[in-house]
Amino acid sequence: MPTERQADRRVGAEALAQLGWWHAHRFLLLRRFCQLSILALFAASFWYELDILKGNLSSSTVLNTVPLSDPFVLAQIIASGHWPAETALLGGFIVLLFYVLIGGRSYCSWVCPVNIVTDAASWLRRRLGISKTTRISNSLRYWMLGLSLLLPMLGGLLIWELVNPVSLLQRGLIFGLGSGWVLIAMIFMLDLFISQRAWCSHLCPMGAFYGLIGKLSVIRINARNRERCDDCMDCYKVCPEPQILKPVLKGAANSVSPIIFASDCTNCSRCIDVCAESVFEINTRFTTEVENKK
Amino acid sequence: MKQTMDKQRHSESSASKAPSRRQFFTDVARGASAAGMVGLGLTAWASSAKRSDPQAIRPPGALSGDDFLNACLRCGLCVEDCPYDTLKLATLFDPAPSGTPWFEARQVPCEMCEDIPCVAACPSGALDPALQNIDDARMGTAVLIDEKNCLNFQGLRCDVCYRVCPLIDEAITLERQRNSRTGKHALFIPTVHADICTGCGKCEEACVLDETAIKVLPMALASGSLGQHYRLGWEEKARNGGSLVPEQLKLEIRRPENSNAN
Ligand code: SF4
Ligand code: SF4
Ligand code: SF4
Ligand code: SF4
Ligand code: SF4
Repeated sequence: MPTERQADRRVGAEALAQLGWWHAHRFLLLRRFCQLSILALFAASFWYELDILKGNLSSSTVLNTVPLSDPFVLAQIIASGHWPAETALLGGFIVLLFYVLIGGRSYCSWVCPVNIVTDAASWLRRRLGISKTTRISNSLRYWMLGLSLLLPMLGGLLIWELVNPVSLLQRGLIFGLGSGWVLIAMIFMLDLFISQRAWCSHLCPMGAFYGLIGKLSVIRINARNRERCDDCMDCYKVCPEPQILKPVLKGAANSVSPIIFASDCTNCSRCIDVCAESVFEINTRFTTEVENKK
Repeated sequence: MKQTMDKQRHSESSASKAPSRRQFFTDVARGASAAGMVGLGLTAWASSAKRSDPQAIRPPGALSGDDFLNACLRCGLCVEDCPYDTLKLATLFDPAPSGTPWFEARQVPCEMCEDIPCVAACPSGALDPALQNIDDARMGTAVLIDEKNCLNFQGLRCDVCYRVCPLIDEAITLERQRNSRTGKHALFIPTVHADICTGCGKCEEACVLDETAIKVLPMALASGSLGQHYRLGWEEKARNGGSLVPEQLKLEIRRPENSNAN
């Protein structure tokens, strides 16, 4: 049952009217372009035997020279007691460095293909007006992360990688998905019918891992013009981690920085897109704060 | 900078109002038990996935068993660099744990490339770079599993598996036996020598039967293991340059005077 409010107006309607369609979707479009072109490059390299970007997101080589490896998979491998070969370690280091700079969970919104699935579920949830949700603790993902590292230590087997939907989907899109779509469909249903943003914001240990990596990262979303906020709530509705918005939007009185330092922020920049008042912008953690500029 | 950090701390603590101690412990307990249940489920799933693992034929140089599963990043770089499209990455319900490379010899066998590109491509060491000579690969071993249907066992001269073997007359030989059906011909029995066979699967691919009579099996399935306590007398003798127990007494053979022996 759509509530009156949702039936009345769609999220981002003002932004759409004031800024135009392109402007109100620019980061979304950029992100989808980024996610899809990474996958397309991998797939093209595989199917047409190009040497641009070989492998997949777990580990790859760029132009047959630069290695890239997923530090989360490496962490699991090390936890299992195997010390990876140097190529993989170097690759892991490069990737780690990259996300330490640009924000750990940028992986989530700009690279991970599961994000497209869960965003779709969330969009459909809003369109269908499904508001019923089962509460899952935000911190469950850290337990999952602990588990994914603990199980290999105990049993000596990379258990999470057997089922990790992120690995499964990205690999599947490049090499052929097989029956892996079952797991992806399950995540979509979970997010759509059972609990809002259940997977990415509550369960995925990979998101938790990249969140930790990005604690000190340089690129940050900034509610720079928060005094303009007219409480339309649109950003809360599109943000996959809405709990991080209130402190920065309402923190002026307590002199809380308008910069979003919470590492749960995925740097997706959807809040910038949908805000008609242009409250948010994307820049660095060192941006000088210009408060109450009129 | 310091000021920013202070504010950050402030912003994070005000994000969630400090929960009461009881709330905190309830949350921890709930998180832990949920994670524990997921862990149990995953462990059960993993042990079933492991059971299917011994059926998968791995690329050359693959570490054995769990060591391989733990080392492999599931990146598919070995798959990409295999020039014969032999290797593929397992998906969720394949007979190999998902994401790991394997091949079906009957479909596309390993061509035993001299430069072993799959091993060179592997970034993690799951395919052991120490493998320099492809003839030393042990992807598995061929086993002539169905003597009933193998044409050579019928006394026909099929020999196809023998002739396609890259290590012909070493990994697989034809052993002559009397053909007791005709009484005057020979059977040429294809015989795999597991210590030399690389498990490339070319014989399995080439077998002319509808269902192949010779199959490559992973070492773990195909080979038995001799108990540690066994000593093979002839080997010990060779190693020590003589028998370890006193030689048996040679008794003189006595015969009656007029025997017609000799
Ligand atoms: S939380 Fe997990 S599934 Fe969601 S976008 Fe991040 S890595 Fe992908
Ligand atoms: S705060 Fe903005 S950029 Fe960060 S996750 Fe939410 S919508 Fe995306
Ligand atoms: S040795 Fe050659 S054919 Fe065999 S798996 Fe490796 S790359 Fe493929
Ligand atoms: S290249 Fe190595 S790490 Fe990558 S899938 Fe093959 S065996 Fe696994
Ligand atoms: S698998 Fe068959 S073809 Fe390959 S080395 Fe062994 S006996 Fe020869």
